[in-house]
Amino acid sequence: MSKKLIKGNVALAEAAVRAGCQAYFGYPITPQTELLEHMAIRMPELGRTFLQAESEVAAINMVYGAASSGVRAMTSSSGPGISLMQEGLSYIVGSEVPVVIIDVMRGGPGLGNIQPAQSDYNQLTKTAGHGDYNPIVLAPSTIQEGVDMVTLSFDLADKYRTLVFVAIDGAIGQMMEPAEMPPMQELHPRPEWAITGQGERNEKNIITSIYLGADNLGDFNDKLQAKLRAIEESEVRYEAETVDDAELIVVAFGTSGRVAKSAVHHLRKAGKKVGLLRPITLWPFPSKKLAALADGGTKKFLVVEMNMGQMLHDVRYAVGRDIDVQFFGRAGGSIPMPEEIQEKAMAMLEVN
Amino acid sequence: MAKGHVIIDIERCKGCDLCIQACPQDVLEFAPTFNHKGYHPAMLVEHDNHCTGCTLCAVACPDACITVYREAPKRKQRMEKL
Amino acid sequence: MPVNVHVDENLIYKRPSSLEDVHTHYCPGCTHGTAHRIVAEVLDELGLQKESIIVAPVGCAVFAYTYFALDGVEAAHGRAPAMATGIKRANPDKIVFTYQGDGDLASIGIAEAIHAAVRGENITIIFINNAIYGMTGGQMSPTTLPGQSTTSSLDGRDSAITGQPMHIAELMASLPGTAYSVRRSLHDAKHTIRAKKAIRKAFQTQIRGEGLSIVELLSSCPTNWKMTPHQSLEWIKEEMLPTYPIGDFKT
Repeated sequence: MSKKLIKGNVALAEAAVRAGCQAYFGYPITPQTELLEHMAIRMPELGRTFLQAESEVAAINMVYGAASSGVRAMTSSSGPGISLMQEGLSYIVGSEVPVVIIDVMRGGPGLGNIQPAQSDYNQLTKTAGHGDYNPIVLAPSTIQEGVDMVTLSFDLADKYRTLVFVAIDGAIGQMMEPAEMPPMQELHPRPEWAITGQGERNEKNIITSIYLGADNLGDFNDKLQAKLRAIEESEVRYEAETVDDAELIVVAFGTSGRVAKSAVHHLRKAGKKVGLLRPITLWPFPSKKLAALADGGTKKFLVVEMNMGQMLHDVRYAVGRDIDVQFFGRAGGSIPMPEEIQEKAMAMLEVN
Repeated sequence: MAKGHVIIDIERCKGCDLCIQACPQDVLEFAPTFNHKGYHPAMLVEHDNHCTGCTLCAVACPDACITVYREAPKRKQRMEKL
Repeated sequence: MPVNVHVDENLIYKRPSSLEDVHTHYCPGCTHGTAHRIVAEVLDELGLQKESIIVAPVGCAVFAYTYFALDGVEAAHGRAPAMATGIKRANPDKIVFTYQGDGDLASIGIAEAIHAAVRGENITIIFINNAIYGMTGGQMSPTTLPGQSTTSSLDGRDSAITGQPMHIAELMASLPGTAYSVRRSLHDAKHTIRAKKAIRKAFQTQIRGEGLSIVELLSSCPTNWKMTPHQSLEWIKEEMLPTYPIGDFKT
């Protein structure tokens, strides 16, 4: 396989196809739509299911139906569409059905705009629908990493029978970069819990998220929380650069993670002891790593996001109150510049 | 007239009266006793076996409590020939 | 000595095997049960029990998947046709049907129902029209009759404010992908037998892959109509039939 110049949305769509995604149900919304358009070409080519639904509400419930039938199923959208899908997401997690969703984030709230943003952080990691649960949220910062994360997302969804988001923003979705595509996977066999018509099975299969008895729903929530703990235990991913002797660590993901990396490189060249901690899983969040870095002597953290400060609270929570955690962010669709981050970091470093 | 018989699952019956209303022969009534849910289940009244096995009670029953038997007239002749 | 009639060879009607041997939670006399029974009888007669998948709604029938001895799922309120679309696309050779009430289909889920029909989705919809929200205790629904009192239209539905009853069978019949759309009623034995024939035709439409099939069934809600079971069937005949005529709107 060789690298080729490819658009983010198209690359992530093709990665899903190669991961054996058998059913795609989506709805047009900028800046995600090329992903849907690529699926519109590729899925029928391979005899798989592609359907543009009448709304994101319908789309997520079609995904729920296909995934309940045991095939790898997904959708993609942007913030406003994810908002419409929230009830469906809760049903999906509430009945332990594996689903992958790619969110190509844009400026919000409301209609917002179609520029890149990271303002869906809380929605994806914490409020993806009613009830106590956290989807797994993967946040690539390059197209290649996006391809790898999409491949990983299907495996994690199946492994934990849960909802996995791959969250990029309009910049990653719309730009082109060289990337290498993984080989085409065989279609995965349907699990024994799948809805396929009872056929030869001696038990019928049921997929439901209703537990009328309080104790039954209580038991289910305990089981769900145990699963989330297991995910937190073994699925945290992040990139750490020059953090061991760092006086200040910049914490940023996705596109702002890339910009922060340039800033850190410049500051290092200027002799500043600065590091980068780039979460790749927004959930499970790398809290332990951040706490260890704080315990290890780093007293200053600069959180950089393309929103008004959402991951900020997870960083503060992780490192505790007596650590100086400051924020630099841009909402509304603009991207922070490396110089702006360097300036903010320098200001923090001067204060001892 | 054909001879019929019905068996009513008295524990499943909710005493809704619809079979009693549907029966053209008026051979169904509420039982004086209660089932475990506290309903008076429907009951076949046998006094002179007017049930014809027409199945209208079973068609009316929302809980599929009723099993219907009907003695087929042809079978009666065949039995006499044996 | 009268011949003992109830011997196996005289058996002419018994509970369909596509119904689970459980007691339902439906109120006494509620014709949801009747609808379940005749759907199950058709599934038995067409030999579809092991090949069928039920998509249950949110509403009184939310536990339908526990009452049918089939693979089943529980859909979000109003989304059963969308979920059924996903299931049918993943299981094209299986029989997929939704079972929905008037709140689920005619109100919150009308877009999903219409678009499933527009696409000619090869599924069957069993639509129970009892002119009220049952499970939540008797509120007005889009098929509530003008003047009909409910807990959210106490003085009777005021059409000037809330509009006229929705005619789902006719609406669905007008859509390109609908292959079969009829209305039947469950208010007496004769009409129940006819309803069963329509359900059989609907499933046969799906078997032949001709597109969406829907059977609207006028059904009762004794508890929330505040009537006895028998009175509620009379009410269907006297009050609902004039507004909701029985008929074949697309076959």
